[in-house]
Amino acid sequence: MASRVDEPHDDLIHVTPNPVIEPGHTAASVTDKISALVLKRKTPLAWYIGFFISFSLANVLMFTIAYLVTTGIGIWGNNWPVGWAFDIINFVWWIGIGHAGTLISAILLLLRQEWRTSINRFAEAMTLFAVACAGLFPLLHTGRPWLAYWMLPYPNTMNIYPQFRSPLMWDVFAVSTYASVSALFWYVGLIPDFATLRDRAKNKAFKVVYGMLALGWRGSARHWHRYETAYLLLAGLATPLVLSVHTIVSFDFAVSQLPGWHATIFPPYFVAGAIYAGFAMVLLLTIPLRKFYGLEDFITLRHLRNSAKIMLATGLIVGYGYMMEAFMAWYSASEYEGFMMKNRIWTGPYWWAYALLIITNIIIPQILWSKRARHNTAILFIVSLVISVGMWLERFVIIVTSLHRDYLPGSWAMYRPTVFDFSMFVGTIGLFFTLLLLFIRFLPAISIFEMRTILPGAAPKEEG
Amino acid sequence: MHIKETFPELYNIRRPVKREEIRARLEEKTGKEYWRSLEELADSGQFEDFLHSEFPRQAGEWDDEVGRRTFLKLMGASLALAGLTSCSYQPPETVVPFVRQPAELVPGKPLFFATAMPFPGGAAGLLVRSNEGRPTHAEGNPDHPTSGTPERPAGQRVAATDSFSIASILSLYDPDRSETIKNRGEIRPYTAFLGEIRTRLDEMRGRQGAGLRFLTETVTSPTTAAQLKAILAAFPGAKWHQYEPAGTNSASLGAQLAFGQPVNTVYRFDRADRVLSLDSDFLSCGAANLRHARDFAAKRRVGEGKTDMNRLYVVETTPTNTGAFADHRFSIKPSQMELFARALAAALGAPGVSTDGAQYQNVAHAQHLLAIAKDLQSARGRSLVVAGEHQTPAVHALAHAMNQALGNVGQTVVYTDPIEAQPVDQVSSLRELVGDIEAGRVEMLVIVGGNPVYNAPVDLAFTKERLDKIRTPDGKDGLRIHLSLYDDETSELCHWHIPETHFLESWGDTRAHDGTVSIIQPLIAPLYKGRSVNEFLAAFTDKPEQSGYDIVRDYWRTQRLESLVASQPAVVAQATVPEGAAGGNNTHGGNTHGEGAAGANAAATPSPAPGGSPSPTPSATPNAATTRTAAAPANFDEAWRRVVHDGVIPGTAAAARSVSVSGNWAANLSPAQPASGGGFEIIFRPDPTIYDGRFANNGWLQELPKPLTKLTWDNAAYMSLNTARRMFGLNENDYTFKGREYNAPLVDLRYRGQTVRAPVLIVPGQPDDVVTVTLGYGRTRAGHVGTSTEDKPLGFNAYRLRTSDAMWQGTGLEVVPTGDEYLLAVTQLHFNMEGREIVQSNTLREYVEGGGDASHNVEGGASVATHEGAAEVVGKETHKLPGPNDTLYPNYEYTGYKWGMAVDIASCVGCQACVIACQSENNIPIVGKEQVARSRHMHWLRVDTYFKGLAENPEGAHFMPIPCMHCEVAPCEPVCPVHATVHSAEGTNDMVYNRCVGTRYCSNNCPYKVRRFNFLLYQDFETPSLKMMRNPDVTVRSRGVMEKCTYCIQRISYARIESEKEGRRVRDGEIVTACQSACPTEAIIFGDLNDQNSRVARMQHDRRNYSLLAELNTRPRTTYLSAMRNPNEEIHGA
Repeated sequence: MASRVDEPHDDLIHVTPNPVIEPGHTAASVTDKISALVLKRKTPLAWYIGFFISFSLANVLMFTIAYLVTTGIGIWGNNWPVGWAFDIINFVWWIGIGHAGTLISAILLLLRQEWRTSINRFAEAMTLFAVACAGLFPLLHTGRPWLAYWMLPYPNTMNIYPQFRSPLMWDVFAVSTYASVSALFWYVGLIPDFATLRDRAKNKAFKVVYGMLALGWRGSARHWHRYETAYLLLAGLATPLVLSVHTIVSFDFAVSQLPGWHATIFPPYFVAGAIYAGFAMVLLLTIPLRKFYGLEDFITLRHLRNSAKIMLATGLIVGYGYMMEAFMAWYSASEYEGFMMKNRIWTGPYWWAYALLIITNIIIPQILWSKRARHNTAILFIVSLVISVGMWLERFVIIVTSLHRDYLPGSWAMYRPTVFDFSMFVGTIGLFFTLLLLFIRFLPAISIFEMRTILPGAAPKEEG
Repeated sequence: MHIKETFPELYNIRRPVKREEIRARLEEKTGKEYWRSLEELADSGQFEDFLHSEFPRQAGEWDDEVGRRTFLKLMGASLALAGLTSCSYQPPETVVPFVRQPAELVPGKPLFFATAMPFPGGAAGLLVRSNEGRPTHAEGNPDHPTSGTPERPAGQRVAATDSFSIASILSLYDPDRSETIKNRGEIRPYTAFLGEIRTRLDEMRGRQGAGLRFLTETVTSPTTAAQLKAILAAFPGAKWHQYEPAGTNSASLGAQLAFGQPVNTVYRFDRADRVLSLDSDFLSCGAANLRHARDFAAKRRVGEGKTDMNRLYVVETTPTNTGAFADHRFSIKPSQMELFARALAAALGAPGVSTDGAQYQNVAHAQHLLAIAKDLQSARGRSLVVAGEHQTPAVHALAHAMNQALGNVGQTVVYTDPIEAQPVDQVSSLRELVGDIEAGRVEMLVIVGGNPVYNAPVDLAFTKERLDKIRTPDGKDGLRIHLSLYDDETSELCHWHIPETHFLESWGDTRAHDGTVSIIQPLIAPLYKGRSVNEFLAAFTDKPEQSGYDIVRDYWRTQRLESLVASQPAVVAQATVPEGAAGGNNTHGGNTHGEGAAGANAAATPSPAPGGSPSPTPSATPNAATTRTAAAPANFDEAWRRVVHDGVIPGTAAAARSVSVSGNWAANLSPAQPASGGGFEIIFRPDPTIYDGRFANNGWLQELPKPLTKLTWDNAAYMSLNTARRMFGLNENDYTFKGREYNAPLVDLRYRGQTVRAPVLIVPGQPDDVVTVTLGYGRTRAGHVGTSTEDKPLGFNAYRLRTSDAMWQGTGLEVVPTGDEYLLAVTQLHFNMEGREIVQSNTLREYVEGGGDASHNVEGGASVATHEGAAEVVGKETHKLPGPNDTLYPNYEYTGYKWGMAVDIASCVGCQACVIACQSENNIPIVGKEQVARSRHMHWLRVDTYFKGLAENPEGAHFMPIPCMHCEVAPCEPVCPVHATVHSAEGTNDMVYNRCVGTRYCSNNCPYKVRRFNFLLYQDFETPSLKMMRNPDVTVRSRGVMEKCTYCIQRISYARIESEKEGRRVRDGEIVTACQSACPTEAIIFGDLNDQNSRVARMQHDRRNYSLLAELNTRPRTTYLSAMRNPNEEIHGA
């Protein structure tokens, strides 16, 4: 394998090729720089401010949950016929965001895309925290969350197993598998770096904690051999999950017979949407991170550019999905489907949501065709933000506008979110950033040892 | 108090033992020592104490003053608790259960008692279910002429209930009911009241009771009337006034006008082929209408060989259920109604009406007038003109004249003695009373029931200033006394407030719409210290403490009850007109036709038990039959027992009168003129759910969606779409038709110097420039549920616009928009089918010709074809729908029962009684206005309404009751992750509340949206009285679980168990669901689809049968029979 990644595509016009790591770094400097983030560098004031804000929001979440559990989900705006609303929108949104992390760490690993190295750790952490936020919703959206464990297949005196025909049941398995594999993958990847931190820490407490987390890693050849094997295996395990989890989440809708939900295009379209949203979130987080922590050397424009390209591609798939939904509504000649589409796009009371969705998810991201836009971090940041909003709206459109007008006009009604819908959502954002900031503070946000492998001078260790 | 606090000594025995003590003790010991505990070792005094008095210790406390006191405290508390549980709610007097004898009372099995709910215009006869002495549910009494059809053969008895009667159960247990006797705000014993009355009456006796005034509502009770007459005889100077804000005053004035005497009109819809309603809402909910609706629907129903239908023309001023149901509906301004009636009367050649047609050229709908007249004339003697209760006396008189001209008198219209004990013009009666008060001629006003302070017309308002003029001749304060269920607006202004007993806890009697008397028997001893009307009136007699039971019995003893009963040996043979006299009015097909006249024979044949009872037992059925055919009662007690048991006193129907319209009755009528000038016209109507305001504190009725508007918890000013567009520039996208939330614009209604602020509701079918307001809202002292306050308004008080000269309609209303908005809680926002085939509708001609509905005949439904194996309908060209075998999976097989339901849309009049019946039977909570506005109402059964035609002036509406469809391939079942909703072996789709975790996926996946979720804790688990109200056979759901219609599975199980005990199958008609039992038109039929002869199976085989959303292949087992219309082609073509 080449020691340096070639730059074949982007060079039709003459620009400086963006390497995955800026020149001039050595193994020692990489290690120094990354481990210093945790061990040496003074925690910046911005971190405290950010932590304060996000931790406050996380507390809003805690209060909302306490009120929710004691009072009932009637504090939200869900009603009849809109049985699911913000709860499931947020669940799908968070789960989708997680997907980019797994894609980067697992699929790109298997595909030997080295550029992934500097962002994979970060993306995996993002996955894990997003799944944590997502997991709250299916649990808490039930009417009696203290009984939600009935969805697990455990031997019980009632002699009842869960209902395996229900997509919600599949969700339970998909999400819990996803969460465990992601956590394992992330942790295994961290072990060599824990050892580095252990060795470099001056503080006794850090030494002990990192030492325990490093599981006695000494960096011997045998360790490395086993590590590589385990990591590859986990990557292999995680890879199908990228596709399966969101496919199964989409089954929640596709399996039902509601116009607007019942569509065979949902699995691929949802997966594409998930990756789309996930990369938007990766950029949304990386751009400030590399700026505040001076990591431009490690997370280079090349990373941003590649992410932007993936967004562009998946965004187009999502756009195709929208087109196919509309096409099938017409082609099926079903009056319910036809009405649903018409109602969704222009005659219904939520037409604005669909209009915004198209603007945010389809129109605005087209700016990424421009190379200059892809190289402008400000534009990338804004586009990522817009896409994150757009993907949330997509779930709103799918869930709420399909439910509020279904088969019998006599049962139609409107949905109005309450303040607790918003506090729950904002609260999970707070929780996400709280975890993420703790992660940046206490763990190496970029994989140290992997970065060393992509240094220009690093010799390839082995062939595939 | 915790026991630790009561007996601290018990907890202090084991004083901690100090190690030093033990060591010291051990050092003293020598040799082997055994010790039981460290305490003994330490030789502590406490251990000694413990050892010696472990049990006797408590006994020893008798000597100890303090210990004895605590002991007595505990004993006293437990005695009190024991006393509480032993409270008996069965009244002390003998009550007679309908089906079973008290000796047979089996805990867990309900008993049914016949009683009746007094109501203006005639009472509904009820069978009230009693679970362990607690009345829990009301159903119709099949032997009662209003709620049942006693003339029918025993096997076909059906009964119905109206929503007011069913909801009365909630009123009974209403925690806001008045509990105590109050004198000027202070709680007083009844004896204090009796004392004061006695003193006052003695003073007044010398003046012949000149200042004594009684104000009652309409009195139909013979006993009460006899009491009042006796009191008036004792005090010749006293006067009895009657005022009912929403009674039938116009009708009796109209009869007076036409015949010169008050008569009661009994309509025989079972004989009418052509019906013209002049603003009469005879199909809406209300006791007397039960019979009207049932007879009318039976005449209308087609199927099983019957292919004729009646035809209904409705000319109405505000949309009603009847108008929605009409074959031809004409909307008209109230001021034009009399003109229209005159023109039509002229066209029909009615007596006393000028035939000079010229002045009627400008009548609205004149172009159709002749066609209507022709059609009515073509059915002489079989037609019927009905005038609305709220129409002017002139319109009533015109209707009488038209009926006479059409030869309907004695056929479809029967005149009888009035059912009111003393018919008076109530408005004049009230005016006279107010005049007397103003003139200082009143010194004691006794208000027996009613709430005149709230509901009197403004010009006769019972203000405090006016009431303070009630004084004794020597200038002392007069006395105002109010008897009522609630401590309400009137009670507040009265010196004495006496709580009234609910009709379910008191003895009494009342008349039905045809005059038949029912004995009201209590099912429960009074919950509070109330007095019944009769007991209260006894205070003004020589025997003030007489019990209601004795009063009613004594009255009927004087009426020689035994001879009344003896003259009518069997209830079945009571038919005043033999069945079949008017040919072809048996609606149940040929096989049973003709048995009706057999009378006693029919009763003796084995038959399903009365339709209203879910607990019929074969042993009870012969008993009941025996009772009916028993010989004449030997004495009063036997007769009494029988009438209380049956719920009706035979032979008490009002005597028929033969009257005719005098030729010159109209001579002194002022010529009808259309209203001159512009401006709005105003219409007052009793509210469809809370009536005149008396049910304002009844949460069930408050939350019951009002027919046609689906409004809950409020009243509104109804306006037409055109008017609203003109006033507010609204288009239909803003309101109603596109289903936004209903933020209604607020307007000021200015009328005759009064102003009321009201929200506007657009009602399709309302005439332009006419505003309808309903009465009963804006109460200031109704209770927790019904009181309207500044921060929590509950409707507006329309009585404040009402004057005594225009009780029901008037001109000169001014409507001023305020720019504010008001949130209305409306349960259906979209009344348009969007072109979908939801309600399928045929005309009679299409049906007869057979082409009309074949394409909709869903043989593939779960109901019919799977059983017969005739499932393969593929290839039948008209059939585009999936069949039962279009699946990879094998179909379920039902070897036992296979329950199903059929709903005949052609019969549903949209009265919503089924909704309340379901609520009462299944312990369904109410959620309150805010939650309804959030679309979280809990009704398991809803009645969807879809208008037909243009929103500006719809041709009518279709009502579609939607319970759970119990789909064969239920979309809710596979999506539940925890098996909380499952298919049963009898085909029902069961909901396991305990297993539900509340994901709501089932609701999302239900195409019919029949599932309801407890978003919050809606059920009231705290209020003790409401606990007594619940049906013990139905789980009371808590928050977080999904619930839905179960087909009243508790009733199914009951019948199944009973049948298994006797080794037979459940008979057809043995199981009656709550909605079915309430339905006045037999639109809902439930039964076993495996029994091909069951009524439901026959209905599902009807050509009109179709499955809702059949294309989804859910194969619902609730199916619908298409709506039917019978238009007059002469008009239809126009």
